[in-house]
Amino acid sequence: MSETITIDGKEIPFKAGQTIIEAATAAGVYIPHLCHKPGYKPHGSCKLCTVNVNGRRCSACTFPAATGQAILNKTQELEDNRRKITQMLFVEGNHFCPSCEKTGNCQLQGVAYYLAMKDNHFPHFFANRELDASHPDLLIDHNRCIFCNLCVRASQEKDGKNVFAISGRGINKRLIINSKTGLLKDSDIEVNDCAVQVCPTGAILEKRKGYSTPIGQRIYDTQQIDQVSLTQETVYE
Amino acid sequence: MKEFIQKQFEKNHLQSVKLLSILREIQAEFHFISKDAIEILANLLKIERTQIISVVEFYHFLSLEFRGKYEIFLSDSITDHMLDKQSLANYFAKKLGVKLGQLRGDGLVSLDNTACTGMCDQGPAGLINGYAITQLSKPRIDEIVSLIEQQVPVEDWSKEIFKVADNICKTDLLLTEEISQGSALQNTFKQGLTETLAEINLSGLRGRGGAGFNTAMKWQFCSQEKETARYVVCNADEGEPGTFKDRVLLNQYAHQVFEGMTLCAAIIGAKAGFLYLRAEYLHLYSKLEAILANRRDNNLLGKNILKQGVDFDIEIRLGAGAYICGEESALIESLEGKAGIPRNRPPYPVVEGYLNKPTVVNNVETFLAAAKIALIGGQAFANLGTKQSTGTKILSISGDCEHRGIYEYPFGTTINTILNNCGAKDVLGIQIGGPSGTFISNQEFDRVIGFEDLATGGSFIIFNQQRNILDSVRNFTDFFVDESCGFCTPCRVGTSLLKKQLDKIVDGHGSAGDIVALEEICQLVKNYSHCGLGQTAANPILTTLQRYPEVYQKQLKAISYEPGFDLNASLAPARKLANRDDAGAYLAQVED
Ligand SMILES: Cc1cc2nc3c(=O)[nH]c(=O)nc-3n(C[C@H](O)[C@H](O)[C@H](O)COP(=O)(O)O)c2cc1C
Ligand code: SF4
Ligand code: FES
Repeated sequence: MSETITIDGKEIPFKAGQTIIEAATAAGVYIPHLCHKPGYKPHGSCKLCTVNVNGRRCSACTFPAATGQAILNKTQELEDNRRKITQMLFVEGNHFCPSCEKTGNCQLQGVAYYLAMKDNHFPHFFANRELDASHPDLLIDHNRCIFCNLCVRASQEKDGKNVFAISGRGINKRLIINSKTGLLKDSDIEVNDCAVQVCPTGAILEKRKGYSTPIGQRIYDTQQIDQVSLTQETVYE
Repeated sequence: MKEFIQKQFEKNHLQSVKLLSILREIQAEFHFISKDAIEILANLLKIERTQIISVVEFYHFLSLEFRGKYEIFLSDSITDHMLDKQSLANYFAKKLGVKLGQLRGDGLVSLDNTACTGMCDQGPAGLINGYAITQLSKPRIDEIVSLIEQQVPVEDWSKEIFKVADNICKTDLLLTEEISQGSALQNTFKQGLTETLAEINLSGLRGRGGAGFNTAMKWQFCSQEKETARYVVCNADEGEPGTFKDRVLLNQYAHQVFEGMTLCAAIIGAKAGFLYLRAEYLHLYSKLEAILANRRDNNLLGKNILKQGVDFDIEIRLGAGAYICGEESALIESLEGKAGIPRNRPPYPVVEGYLNKPTVVNNVETFLAAAKIALIGGQAFANLGTKQSTGTKILSISGDCEHRGIYEYPFGTTINTILNNCGAKDVLGIQIGGPSGTFISNQEFDRVIGFEDLATGGSFIIFNQQRNILDSVRNFTDFFVDESCGFCTPCRVGTSLLKKQLDKIVDGHGSAGDIVALEEICQLVKNYSHCGLGQTAANPILTTLQRYPEVYQKQLKAISYEPGFDLNASLAPARKLANRDDAGAYLAQVED
């Protein structure tokens, strides 16, 4: 007999060892997320997936599902605060969607649409961040990095390399590259690495590919992120 | 340099968990961690260079840039400011010919701020090449500047400069007398390990580091784990501004603290333990090492302790400047040679702690109390204090009072009693439990110290009527901005947003909706952050806003909207470029 949790009143089965978000996704319930990706070690840093478990706030991407959990997910309060957390990410970096090659395919943008974010709400930080276009096939625009750590994990867990790390402390966090010069061109990254493909925003981009799909026909131009996520992410090994 | 690093590497047993210790040595020798050093070390330890860089960038006292032969840090606690720190800092900077936060042109000396160094009873304080200096004054600064200009090595400076006082002002059960060496352990073995744990349970002892978790229960959980490699960790990170009691305990009662750790090890079945000592207490390091050696000589540590078949030893690991490393899972990461980023829970440290093995982490004072309980029994301890908060609490009292220092009180003591004892007059309010705690006003002095009322790790900062509440709120908010580890969005971005919004109001740019906006950020940071740091970072604002809304209101302009910046001042570069200075080149801040 399989055990169950409830999310917004709906009963959902789970397997031992599953996190709340894994059980939810398998049952077709979307919980907003950015630093989580199925098949990757949970990180728990963006806090977008915060849900209310028996009265306590928990990150659904790290918290194990357990019998007796009554979980709130799509409440006004949680959605409002998820929107504010998304706005925090927008003001922290420099995200100019209309001029970004990733527009329409960007998960940060997708989540913002989903949460009905209309403005940035908070004052901008105007952070001074750099662009590394040294690599012949790739570029990294630090202005768009949200420190989700997915490229770090992808490089380690999937590519068997160690191209990225997150360094610094507090608001001075930064993504660093594992090469003697600190430049992408001197690292052992390759275009087809998972670390390149995994970036949810336009921070890591393949050169000369930016406009192969016209704006207006891209993923989140035509579909909401919850639908995309549920169709793409329900497959578990 | 290569030889030096090779030597450190060997001294640290070729282990990457010792990365932080090795980096500390390199910083002390060369005053920075150079690119070459990173490459050499990465090769020796067989780790990625990025791992080393991320550790260096995380800790305040490690640096990728050269910091000068004399690295000076000034403590930036509110208590230092109350003792005229700012003007002394300016004086210091002028005398040295260097700006705060910079390295002097000739590379001899750098001057910077650092978070509270745990000397609030004897500030203004600071650190010189890692060693604590206290009671800074103009003559003392003159003396230090002249030693630096003559390039006298710090080892040869007068001991007077590095004098640290204990200032024990009031003693009770724990501080009146240290237990005699080995007596608690002997009693533990005599009555039995299970029975000793039962005594600690009976005592009702709860953790003294702040969270107040039941100590016996924590030890029991750990001892029940399947995994038999287990660890004991003493948390001496003492980073909460205004707390300094653990420094005094380690200076005068270290035997008893180590004894508490040892009996914990016997009970939970641990073979190894650590004292995680904050970098600011480097001056205690060799003394503590000597005490450990002495305990080994007396068969109170090491193999077959007191011939009871128990093996246990303690290693001291120094931090490198990070408040977050007081959080137990961040501390464990730091012990493993990594940046101090709090882990996801579950699993808790008692299940998966150091090297993912079951680990008990307790505060210095908790171990001190446990040793006493093992000797005198649980009931004698439980007879003191209140029902929910048994025993005594050691407070670090600083700020506006006659006698700053360490005070031990049974739980349940009123604030009024404490204020009378330390000679505080004309009091406006008290910051209890440090920035992460609560500010109480002078209408609340009949409240008591205890988990059921005013819980505290021991920080007790008194403000008199001449002080401006907003100064301390700003200082505390800045502290959290500097100390946020940056892992999670709500705290990394939210603490900076809190600072911006608070500055806007205090600097007189706030208008009607700005206090509501401030509260909104507070709630977000408090409720959505990953760990206790973020969850308490808004407390200075929330607890004062609740008590003194009028103080915030007074800062607001009457108009309905006020931009957060000075429009006219921002146009100055444009005026300069356009070479204009006529009336039309100036804009009113807000149109009428
Ligand atoms: C940001 C932060 C800083 C902390 N700093 C300390 C500290 O300096 N010393 C300490 O004993 N506990 C500190 N704690 C609490 C520890 O996480 C942990 O609860 C404590 O060491 C457990 O020991 P105890 O049960 O004996 O109190 C801190 C917690 C947080 C969230
Ligand atoms: S709350 Fe702050 S200190 Fe704690 S994990 Fe998040 S960013 Fe780090
Ligand atoms: S998705 Fe769970 S914290 Fe980021």
